[in-house]
Amino acid sequence: MTISIDPQKTNNESLQPKGWLRYFSFSLDHKVIGIQYLICGFLFYLIGGTLASAIRIELASPMSDFMPRDVYNQVLTLHGTIMIFLWIVPVVNGAFGNYLIPFYVGARDMAFPRLNAVAFWLIPPSGLMLVTSYFVEGAAQAGWTAYPPLSITTPQSGQIIWILSVLLLGGSSIFGGINFIATIIKLRRPGLKLMQLPMYCWAMLGTSLLVVLSTPVLAGTLILLSFDIIANTGFFNPVLGGNVVVYQHLFWFYSHPAVYIMVLPAFGLVSEILPVHARKPLFGYTTMVFSIMGIVVLGLVVWAHHMFTSGTPPWMRLFFTIATAFIAVPTGIKFFNWVATLWGGKISINSAMLFSCGFIINFVFGGITGVALAQVPFDIHVHDTYFVVAHFHYIVYGGTVFIIFSSIYHWFPKVTGKMLNEKLGILHFIITFIGFNLCFAPQHWLGLNGMPRRVAEYDPQFQFVNQISSLGALLMAISTIPFLINVFLSVRKGKNAGDNPWNALTPEWLTSSPPPVENWEGEAPLVEEPYGYGKEISVQK
Amino acid sequence: MLNKNIYLILIISLVFAISFWVGFNVNLLPAEASINAPIYDELFKILFIIGLIIFIGMTIAVIYSLFKFRKRNDQIGDGIALEGNLSLEIVWTIIPSIIVLLIGLYSYNIYDRMGGMKELNHNHEMMSSNTEKIWAGISQTSDNEIAINNLSIEVSAMQFAFLFNYPKGNFISGELHVPVDKTVSMKMESKDVIHAFWVPEFRIKQDIIPGQPTILNFTPTKVGKYPIICAELCGPYHGGMRASIIVEEESDYNEWYNKNKKPEVNL
Repeated sequence: MTISIDPQKTNNESLQPKGWLRYFSFSLDHKVIGIQYLICGFLFYLIGGTLASAIRIELASPMSDFMPRDVYNQVLTLHGTIMIFLWIVPVVNGAFGNYLIPFYVGARDMAFPRLNAVAFWLIPPSGLMLVTSYFVEGAAQAGWTAYPPLSITTPQSGQIIWILSVLLLGGSSIFGGINFIATIIKLRRPGLKLMQLPMYCWAMLGTSLLVVLSTPVLAGTLILLSFDIIANTGFFNPVLGGNVVVYQHLFWFYSHPAVYIMVLPAFGLVSEILPVHARKPLFGYTTMVFSIMGIVVLGLVVWAHHMFTSGTPPWMRLFFTIATAFIAVPTGIKFFNWVATLWGGKISINSAMLFSCGFIINFVFGGITGVALAQVPFDIHVHDTYFVVAHFHYIVYGGTVFIIFSSIYHWFPKVTGKMLNEKLGILHFIITFIGFNLCFAPQHWLGLNGMPRRVAEYDPQFQFVNQISSLGALLMAISTIPFLINVFLSVRKGKNAGDNPWNALTPEWLTSSPPPVENWEGEAPLVEEPYGYGKEISVQK
Repeated sequence: MLNKNIYLILIISLVFAISFWVGFNVNLLPAEASINAPIYDELFKILFIIGLIIFIGMTIAVIYSLFKFRKRNDQIGDGIALEGNLSLEIVWTIIPSIIVLLIGLYSYNIYDRMGGMKELNHNHEMMSSNTEKIWAGISQTSDNEIAINNLSIEVSAMQFAFLFNYPKGNFISGELHVPVDKTVSMKMESKDVIHAFWVPEFRIKQDIIPGQPTILNFTPTKVGKYPIICAELCGPYHGGMRASIIVEEESDYNEWYNKNKKPEVNL
């Protein structure tokens, strides 16, 4: 395994544009691709956030009065699809994975740099296709789940463009997954053992296994669905003898693991951030690795908990209850370990740390409602209500998006060589944390008391609580302003960060900031203890 | 050391006390109007209390760490090089496993009491053959009891309405009328897309699926008018797809039933 040391792609370096223009090129540099993923994802986050604001404006009053009902369904469909497939999955996997994994394994680039660039460049066109499908004949309006027969009977062009777009994004995701597995397994620097890798590598290994195992199922399902729509086949069309419940099984066979594709990388990232700012080793490295792999295995056998009120017989409901509830065990271990990592540290309370701690609190809350939802009798009442909406936003926004922001504060000095402004960062955290909880905590009550999800109108008795929720959404929208100001100001005239402002021990900090094209001037360092804080090793750094 | 332990015990008992008090005194659920509802609320209360204990405990641990172990201005260097503690990790693997297992067994018990584990063969000879496969649902009581009560109703859902067919009375209604304290059995099927039948006050929900009949049985316990809500996205007017279930005294129900009943045609 000596391949990782030799400079690999000196041949075309002179052809690559320099400066900011390289972010618009078919660059093969994993760091450029990582940033491309991040900025592209963030632009789609702004679009998805605008759609979310539109939903909250509509729901500020009980009547359907802000937009036509079919447009409302298009908005909620696009909001879900954009946030999942164009913001969270590409950013926690593509952006941070591409930027960090080669550093962590001691390689100069990913295993397949061209495949990597292809994987990224599939995203902007499919995202544009998805967003602009609104102007063709209306976008898809069957929800991001696209359950037939609704997805077969709604206007076809929007649904077909949605399918094509999700297929391209799924392809991009699979390319990325293969690349990460190959890089982590085969491009490790000689002498670096698997159990010495930073935790994010393990998280990405687990995530990529899920991507490679489950995304093809979604692709196949959507191709069958598109046959039903354009070729009048009857796979899922009950009029032609098709079975709508089979679609739900196939869809959730991907889409439940997709939850882990969205949160496992965040688990990895927070495991990198906490030890650095708490100045302590990551607590329980080995149990962390095993719990990630436990989540991967269990994550593949729990999908039918999304179908407890659907066409599922009693024994199936029971099996998936037990399997789902047991995911709480490996997940719980990770949270206890993170709190133990904080315990006895010398914690710098900065934006990265605050967002990480916000993540722990939000995710614990979302995890608890998740265990409750896993119980069939509990789920039967709240399934498809705002309780579920609140639950999964606690997981994907309160969990993953908080970690995305935490990671941006943590790695911004690495990427730019400049520090972000801490005061604006803390302001960003406070508004986001309050806005988020104000928006989603009351929705639990709405769901319990009779407000179904995906509705444009609701009973007047729910108006006040919905308005609180909309106020929270407004705060969340406002919170992006200090963040954007911070990023633009700091890129231009932020304080110089030096190479390693956090005194971190993980390999990406053991080179200059920003790093040279091939990551290290000389040979890649062998980091045997990426979390060796409080030991000899960290003193000499 | 002793002092520290006392504080720890005090805090833990305080967390437990608050969680139990909130669990028993804060009602987040709508009125209880079926025999399923109190069973559901019992489960909810237990899960709510366990969840509160874990959430408050974890939140206190995080915030306490942030304050207690924050880096003071004059401090340099790292925290203690503690990489793990096997016995502690074993403890916080085993305790959550036991809790999860107990919750699982308990919710099985709840689900069984709600009728979720009953066989889903159904006594709807009037309209369909005996061999028809029932896919899913909740079946509270035996078929015999329903047959005696004559309370088999066929529900069909379509964009954007529910229709309730009383096969014995040979009429169709847009409102679901049922007598109080009698078990009602519904066989549900959709005419177009997937819908769902949800009555929040009854704590029951079941999808209504095209091409696959589903079963839902329930026993209302409180006279009144409750909303029937479609809970599965079914098109632009999904939010407006509502109907009412009217639970009334048996005499009122019989009056309504006899008024609507069409005479049987003898050929």
